[in-house]
Amino acid sequence: MAAPSRKGAVAPIQFPPPVDSAAEFVGPPTDSEDERIEVGVAIVGGGPAGLACANRLLALLEGEPELTERLGEVPVAVIEKGKSCGAHNLSGAVMRPSGMRELFPDVPESEWPVYGEVEDEAVYLMLNDRRSVRIPTPPNFRNHGNYVVSVAELSRWLAERAEEAGAYVLTETSATKLLVQDGIVRGIRSGDKGRGREGEELPNFEPGSDVTAKATVLAEGTWGHLTGAAIRKFDLASEDPQVWALGVKEVWEVPTPLTKVIHTMGWPLRTGAKWHEFGGSWIYPMGEDKVSIGFVSRLDHTDVTLSVHDVLQQFKLHPRVRGILEGGRRIGWGAKAIPEGGYWAMPKLTAPGMVICGDAGGMVNVPELKGIHYAIHAGIMAAERIVRALKAHSTDFSQYDSAVHDSVIGEDLYRSRNMAQPFEKGFFVGGAIANAMLATGGRFPGRHWKLHPDAGNPVFRGGRDKGYPKPDGKYTFDKLSSVFVTGNETRDDAPNHIRVQKRVPREIAEMWQWMCPAGVYEVPEDAPEEGRVDVIVNYTNCVQCGAITAKGGRLTPPEGGDGPLYTNT
Amino acid sequence: MKICVLVKEVPDAAVQKRIDQATGRMDRSGERNLNPFDTHAIEAAMQIKEGGAVQVDEVVAVTMGPESAVRALHKAVSLGADRSVHLCDEALAGSDVAATGYALAKALEPEQPDIVLLGQQSDDGACYTIGAVVAEHLAMPSLTQVIQIDVQDGKLRCERQAEYGYDTVEVELPAVISVGDAINEPRYPSLKAIMGVKKKQLDAVTVQGLEIDAGLIGADGSRVQCGSFHAPPAKESGQIIEDEDTDETVQKIVAWLDERKLV
Amino acid sequence: MSDILVYVLHKDGKFNENSLGAVSEAARLSGELGGECHAVVVGGDDLTDDLCASVGRWGARKVLRAEGPEGLSQPVVDAMDRAIDDGGHAYALFGGGLLGFEIGAGLAARRHAGVTMEVTAVRAEDGELVAERPILQDTLISESRYKGDLGVIIGRLNAFEMTENGDGDAAVENLAVEYSPWSERAKMVQRGEQRGADVNIEDADFLVAGGRGLGNADGFKLCDELADAFGGTVAATRAVVDAGWYPYAGQIGQTGKTVAPKLYLAAGISGAIQHKVGMQGSENIVAINKDANAPIFEFSDLGVVGDLNKILPKLTEAVKARRGG
Repeated sequence: MAAPSRKGAVAPIQFPPPVDSAAEFVGPPTDSEDERIEVGVAIVGGGPAGLACANRLLALLEGEPELTERLGEVPVAVIEKGKSCGAHNLSGAVMRPSGMRELFPDVPESEWPVYGEVEDEAVYLMLNDRRSVRIPTPPNFRNHGNYVVSVAELSRWLAERAEEAGAYVLTETSATKLLVQDGIVRGIRSGDKGRGREGEELPNFEPGSDVTAKATVLAEGTWGHLTGAAIRKFDLASEDPQVWALGVKEVWEVPTPLTKVIHTMGWPLRTGAKWHEFGGSWIYPMGEDKVSIGFVSRLDHTDVTLSVHDVLQQFKLHPRVRGILEGGRRIGWGAKAIPEGGYWAMPKLTAPGMVICGDAGGMVNVPELKGIHYAIHAGIMAAERIVRALKAHSTDFSQYDSAVHDSVIGEDLYRSRNMAQPFEKGFFVGGAIANAMLATGGRFPGRHWKLHPDAGNPVFRGGRDKGYPKPDGKYTFDKLSSVFVTGNETRDDAPNHIRVQKRVPREIAEMWQWMCPAGVYEVPEDAPEEGRVDVIVNYTNCVQCGAITAKGGRLTPPEGGDGPLYTNT
Repeated sequence: MKICVLVKEVPDAAVQKRIDQATGRMDRSGERNLNPFDTHAIEAAMQIKEGGAVQVDEVVAVTMGPESAVRALHKAVSLGADRSVHLCDEALAGSDVAATGYALAKALEPEQPDIVLLGQQSDDGACYTIGAVVAEHLAMPSLTQVIQIDVQDGKLRCERQAEYGYDTVEVELPAVISVGDAINEPRYPSLKAIMGVKKKQLDAVTVQGLEIDAGLIGADGSRVQCGSFHAPPAKESGQIIEDEDTDETVQKIVAWLDERKLV
Repeated sequence: MSDILVYVLHKDGKFNENSLGAVSEAARLSGELGGECHAVVVGGDDLTDDLCASVGRWGARKVLRAEGPEGLSQPVVDAMDRAIDDGGHAYALFGGGLLGFEIGAGLAARRHAGVTMEVTAVRAEDGELVAERPILQDTLISESRYKGDLGVIIGRLNAFEMTENGDGDAAVENLAVEYSPWSERAKMVQRGEQRGADVNIEDADFLVAGGRGLGNADGFKLCDELADAFGGTVAATRAVVDAGWYPYAGQIGQTGKTVAPKLYLAAGISGAIQHKVGMQGSENIVAINKDANAPIFEFSDLGVVGDLNKILPKLTEAVKARRGG
């Protein structure tokens, strides 16, 4: 492990969350047969992967009357925990058009919910808080022909089309349990509603339902809840653990249109190996009057005080960024974890009766910052393999796994399989190695560069919080008012959906406090300066970014409908 | 007995609302949801139906709105309404409170409801007023901000918090009651109910079909014109006192309060 | 004709302050339009000639008195409808409060008039009245103009101030009203019941709100005492309600209540936006917090950086003394 050994430094992995996902979140149906809801295909997750699958399924079913009848009254159901599809979706984003072209070959690109083709781009190396230098655009950042898009808006658009095609899109519905019987996935169980803070049943308590299906698609996004349980239950994990980065994003109305897609590296992230700060920023134009700006950094960081939200605020102070945002107004904010393990961290993608699509299956190309089109391609492939198998009365979808690996998803991820890992050697050495990989198409230095769990790195106070600006409420913002902007309206007496050990060393608690973009974790004011503390968990602030799962905790879905209501992220 | 519940689809309160600079109108795009206060009205209807004090044959959800408003009706049905009515007509666009209330009353007339329930306010504009307008056109008694309803001997015994405290008012049927959010805790729809909404009857009605007087609706038929949006006057930044001598600080505070006639 | 008709609510021989504020406002506006302010009162024997005439103090020239039930809106709609039939008033103005909404809306329906509610300001312009109302959580002001014979303006709570700008008593006239059948189908069973157990913070003029900075539940004793000194009520932030230091009924903020008192005194409250949206409409905001960087200081009218445990008791004494208590 490339971690510095500081005396007494603790690692989050030493304090695992109190959860046994295979035991708690997997089980047979418990409702009586006439109470169960039967659907044909149950898709968990209303993002690009799940909705691409739904749309393709319905298109295929049009030519399969016999199968359609067998699938019953509800051939395709999409189960989405957010208030609407898109409410929990967040990304930069620049999307390759291949996925949409394959999904809707007859829809002209002028009708796509996108913000225009990328026409110009630039990459900057931020040297310090004042200076930056433009560097020639490395091949992984070349985006001509790609589209700037808001994945929240894209999901809404895809959901509308799925509904028009006949899908039942069940929003405000969380999927809390994977139904497995006789070793085969039979569907999911939806979450209860109306529980109180201690989990007790309130007067309007409504239990969840068993939703049984002939095929279940897990498209839950970054570290899906059921995906994690399924991986443990069916032993689908790859050799290497999944690793994540945290992205915090803002959407701004700006007076002057931004004319190019911008990526930056360097400041304010530190280049030394011991910090494990690998990431950068993006600034994308959204049409003439809006800009998407975000900062990403890996979650294997070692400095307790790393807060990607605050790094973003700090980053905005750079004159090059000010030049873009000045005179504008923030109209959106959000955060989301990104699976960055790439090829080596992809789990097996199928189990009897079940497939995994999109970010939940780690289908993100980190060097190129692409994942949306892979999600769509995977959703399409899942639909095709499922139809084929169901026609043959089979629940063996393993052909989907090989299809994904043979497709552009497998190719791209394999080629970039070692490109993120070198950066654990620091920015410059890492950059050099990564460039060599790019130049050789991944063949140098070859081998399997192992990934290490994010929570395994010991953390210590590194003092980078000194650089964070004090929020002024107009240009830079604090976490609470940012959470407010997401439209997060969780019930005050909702039960806690976050699993963490409550009593941890102070450094771990502080690390969570800084890490969480929504201000969920707090070290109590009267806690001792050293030793163990009882961390406060303000779970109603949670925007479900998933960072905690990477760093010693476990996110589970809250009551359906809770959490952010992203519209333009 | 028939209960009609008036529901409205409104932009989700959680989403930051803005004025569309181009049209000067509220940017109504984005998330739309059933008005939260209306869920209390539906719950109240269901509680009357399930309460047993009277025989309720039907709970009917009624809305006036563009095509997307069917979602509000779907939600109402998933919560227990037996069927729904959608008044959808371009001629109604731009209607103000008086015009809207009039149109809704015309939609309710053929239903001949015994009780009309609605949420007392909506998240996007009118507050506490639609019920009174509807009642006027239906020639029914009306109460707003009601937080308790008991059915007794064919009458409604209602409680509400008015200017001087809690009022208890007895109302003869048929009546229009606007409910506050303190009246009940709405139920969550079961997944089965949600999935069954498309099977329930939904009738679309129009201005012509209801014989609504076109001169009384729409932007032209509305007697109040809203516009000229501007920012409120900027608040003067406040004064700060750093407490060193508490007695002195308190004196300053009292003097400040005194200036403003607060003591 | 540019007379303005105002409904004046009363109970037990006393007129409601928001109604009198509306009278003052109507007197001012009608003066600018070249007309008069008339008031309508509905009730029983307690509406003596003297009592009714006293509305003149606030600027009403005429008081139209109808015999009818108190505290119900539809009889008043009938009364005002009759008054406008007789007098041709151009505007009807209401002070904040539940009945104002119900009557104003019913009247607008009766006479097919335009109506605006939650109005915070009215002005006369080119012989007409223009009403302002805030929208989008008070971030924008929208202006209303009226078409037709009547415009109905319903004020927000505490929007119109009572000013004694009248000259002498108003003339009192009896209004013979034929009540609509539906107006007689609602009966007041009990009016104005006080309920101690409930914490009613929305109507209080003075609020002392406590937050985490109080340290523990006992800190609310300090707030209680200060609130008593002002004759006001205590409220709380979500954080302390969650911690069990104060009941939910007193919670202010995004998931609690919205208040707009004359004075909002925040003790140990940081001023996070979820709280701010619940009280930013307060007329005067005083904040006491030991953290000079607390966000509340950015929107308070008076900020005191200091230890509330020292300041609150002394402030309580001083306020009591000032009020002669």
